[in-house]
Amino acid sequence: MPSPPSTGAFRRGVHAGLPFVIVVGPFGLLFGVVATEAGLDLAATLGMSLLVVAGAAQFTALQLMIDQAPTLIVILTALAVNLRMAMYSAALTPHLGAAPLKVRAFAAYVLTDQTFAAALAAYERRESTLSEKLSFFFGSAAPVVPVWFGATLAGALLGQSIPPDYALDFAVPITFLAIVAPMVRTLAHLVAATVSVVGALAFGWVPYSGGLLIAAALAMLAGAEVERRREAAR
Amino acid sequence: MRLDPATVWIVIAALAAGSYLIRFSFLGLIGNQPLPPWVLRHLRYTPVAVIPALVTPLVLFPAATGGEPDPARLFAAGVAILAGLATRNVLAAILAGGAALYLGLWLT
Repeated sequence: MPSPPSTGAFRRGVHAGLPFVIVVGPFGLLFGVVATEAGLDLAATLGMSLLVVAGAAQFTALQLMIDQAPTLIVILTALAVNLRMAMYSAALTPHLGAAPLKVRAFAAYVLTDQTFAAALAAYERRESTLSEKLSFFFGSAAPVVPVWFGATLAGALLGQSIPPDYALDFAVPITFLAIVAPMVRTLAHLVAATVSVVGALAFGWVPYSGGLLIAAALAMLAGAEVERRREAAR
Repeated sequence: MRLDPATVWIVIAALAAGSYLIRFSFLGLIGNQPLPPWVLRHLRYTPVAVIPALVTPLVLFPAATGGEPDPARLFAAGVAILAGLATRNVLAAILAGGAALYLGLWLT
């Protein structure tokens, strides 16, 4: 019996989302462990994953809280890491913008690096109706988002039984480097990353971790400027 | 070390609301107006602009060694970067960096 088109699209979405589980699972586990080691209780650790649903921003906030940065700086910096999602939101709007508000509100909740990458690639590959596109999108989220929650919970429970002397302090820096290195695909990315590092060192004296935001703003401008010039030269 | 629970929940609430609004922005509120290209161009670089600045002091001056540069941690960071560039795979880079860290700690 042939399934209705949206069921097929949901299944295709699940297939596209499944490979990301290999990344999201261990990543969530690590977040649970590190957050617990840092002193967050089970509710806060799991609550963060349930409510924020953004690994890199969660690790950023965690690290800055461990560093005793002022709360406002913690929030601003972690949100800056998530600003890229405005770009995802904008890119998905031509595809999902005609859906009812409630559906779009839920789509925004499960909009992650993974669901965005899977969905946009699929939308560009084949023509589909709005309902197929929505089914695909939620299909791609179906394996990714619950695994993020479950892995965080498992990590938090595991973290309570790991003694604190396993050099886990360095799990966060390694995770950040592992997230960011694969993103460096063009000269513009490389320039932005380099300005970011140099800026962090040059403005390290600014109080309240303010140098971080200065370095990030300069790096963003540098990356965008390199891209603009390379496009103009073409 | 204990983080103050009230502060933690303030951060969680603000991040949850802020992150949600960022995601909902165009999809929910702004509708189908395309973003100006210069805005997209800046948004594209936010992760590579923020994360290296965050991680640089953690790598060079780790708190675990009292802020003194540590060969094992520097080595691990280098391996994680190279593995990430070579494989384009986050998990592979985490595993390579972790293995390098424990190898480095064992050797030094």
